[in-house]
Amino acid sequence: MQYLLEVQHLCKHYRSLRAVDDISFGIPAGICFGLLGPNGAGKTTTIEMMEGITTPTSGEILFKNQPRDKHYSQHTGIQFQSTALQDFLTVREVLALFGSLYENPLPAQQLIERCELGEFIDQQANKLSGGQKQRLLLALALVSDPTILFLDEPTTGLDPQSRRRFWDLITAIKAEGKTIVLTTHYMDEAELLCDELVIMDHGKIIDQGSPRVLLDKYLPHKRIAIDQPVELNPDSLNGDIIRGDGEIVIITQSVEQTLQQLIQQQVDLSTLRVRNPTLEDLFIQLTGHQLRE
Amino acid sequence: MKEVLALFKARNIEYYRDKSSLAWAFLFPLMIIIGCAIAFSNPDIAVFKVGVDGDVEDYQSIALLRQPYIKTVSFADREKGLERLQYHQLDLFISQAPQRYWINTESTNSLAAETLFADALASFNKQQTSGRKVRYVDWVVPGVLAMNLMFGALFGVGYVIVRYRHNGVLKRLQATPVSALQFLTAQMASRIIIVVVVNGIIFSGCQFFLDLIVLGSYMNLLLITVIGSLSLIAVGLLVSCRTANEELAGGLLNAATWPMLFFSEVWFSLDEAPQWLRYFSDLMPLTHIVKAFRAVMIDGAGLGDISYHLMLLVALTGVCLLISASLFRWHRDG
Repeated sequence: MQYLLEVQHLCKHYRSLRAVDDISFGIPAGICFGLLGPNGAGKTTTIEMMEGITTPTSGEILFKNQPRDKHYSQHTGIQFQSTALQDFLTVREVLALFGSLYENPLPAQQLIERCELGEFIDQQANKLSGGQKQRLLLALALVSDPTILFLDEPTTGLDPQSRRRFWDLITAIKAEGKTIVLTTHYMDEAELLCDELVIMDHGKIIDQGSPRVLLDKYLPHKRIAIDQPVELNPDSLNGDIIRGDGEIVIITQSVEQTLQQLIQQQVDLSTLRVRNPTLEDLFIQLTGHQLRE
Repeated sequence: MKEVLALFKARNIEYYRDKSSLAWAFLFPLMIIIGCAIAFSNPDIAVFKVGVDGDVEDYQSIALLRQPYIKTVSFADREKGLERLQYHQLDLFISQAPQRYWINTESTNSLAAETLFADALASFNKQQTSGRKVRYVDWVVPGVLAMNLMFGALFGVGYVIVRYRHNGVLKRLQATPVSALQFLTAQMASRIIIVVVVNGIIFSGCQFFLDLIVLGSYMNLLLITVIGSLSLIAVGLLVSCRTANEELAGGLLNAATWPMLFFSEVWFSLDEAPQWLRYFSDLMPLTHIVKAFRAVMIDGAGLGDISYHLMLLVALTGVCLLISASLFRWHRDG
């Protein structure tokens, strides 16, 4: 398969710590590729090696099937987890500064419109709110009109409204056909944005694939919940039943079959809810611990 | 080139919009100079100072020299004595072989001393010299300018780079096609312009208010400012090439500045100090900047006279830049 970026047997060791331990994967062009894992899983170290910021201890990273050269940074756009900008510069001046650092920068006006910077364009860049700053940092990552865009936990610490606004921007960028590499520990973010995932923990890859394929592989069961009190006959139902606080949960592989059985038993279905397993459920299943630990 | 210009411009904007440190850059040296001007503007005590060529014992025949209101200083080197007379640090200079005496025609004290000694020196041949009085403030301002240059260069680049590394500005720039050389060139260029402008304004202010002696060329002063700034910026880069710890950097920069502040002849001459201290002083870049400034301003020295100091500063710049370029790192984790 043809990959835009390919990682082969990548390792990064800090003294005795194996931050990244022999991982390999490939990223086809035009997709949003997610690196998923809890804090300390090795996501940031991995993405920074892919960006060219950190030197790997061993392993290889190929861009368009070639080792990366000194022009690689002309093709990448990078948004770090946390970045300070020069003090006292306005948003407009920061855009002009970063534009001057590339051979073929996008016009500032295009970036201002695309990342919705107009409302604070003449404010000092270091005095922006969290959401505004992330949009500016995204604009800086897009200045070079990159082939590949790296986003390291771009929505960490943002309020729900700012996160959603940011996701809309990323979705629009994705629609333009750009390749995006995203690290996150938010499962909803990964589920919404990513076409392909690598799940990491302790520097290793636990599994990889599309969110749907991974969920079907590990969590084929659906959960049907009905509020208590409810009268039902467990013997004539397919699936396990868990009686919890105020609700009964039926874990089944076939929602249709279980629903028919419930209708036959004339159970009151007015409070019925069907829950698909989430990536969070999957992660707990794979790693045995909560994602935000 | 446009990358360097963009970074240069950004650093300049950052500097002049930071009103508090901008004000401090001007206020600090001005306060020192005004303080010096006030502290050292007292008139000299009314005593005549007479220099003699050779041993004081050889001048027993001149009874006036033993009067309590006459201070006699002996000089093994006649030229040194005459230099002091030119700078008004002596009122009269006497030599036995052949019998001659010198006065400074621009010094009223010297003319008065001549009248006082008229009988005693009747058989001596009269010689004249002239020269404006060198006040302490004339002597100290070159030192203060050099000191200001030192603070501006060391902290203005070294400390800023450590702060950039600490807060991630450097890492963000590393993610662009900018090279370390381009980044450092922009920082150095920006700081040199700032130091030249700030020192130029302070110098003009001092010239206006204190009427300083400037015998040498202004172009040479500019050259010393540029080369001196470069050498101290290079020392600042060496201190800041790896660390991301602002406190450590502050400590290291202070450790570099304080010895220079005391032993680079900014405030007092080390002519009478022990030889080892003078050797130690010669190891410091600030000493050479101060000496070059003073030589040009007070002695009217030309480029040839100060080339020794300038070459040492250029060599130091080269060594520090080479080491810091090889050790430089963009971000905290290497």
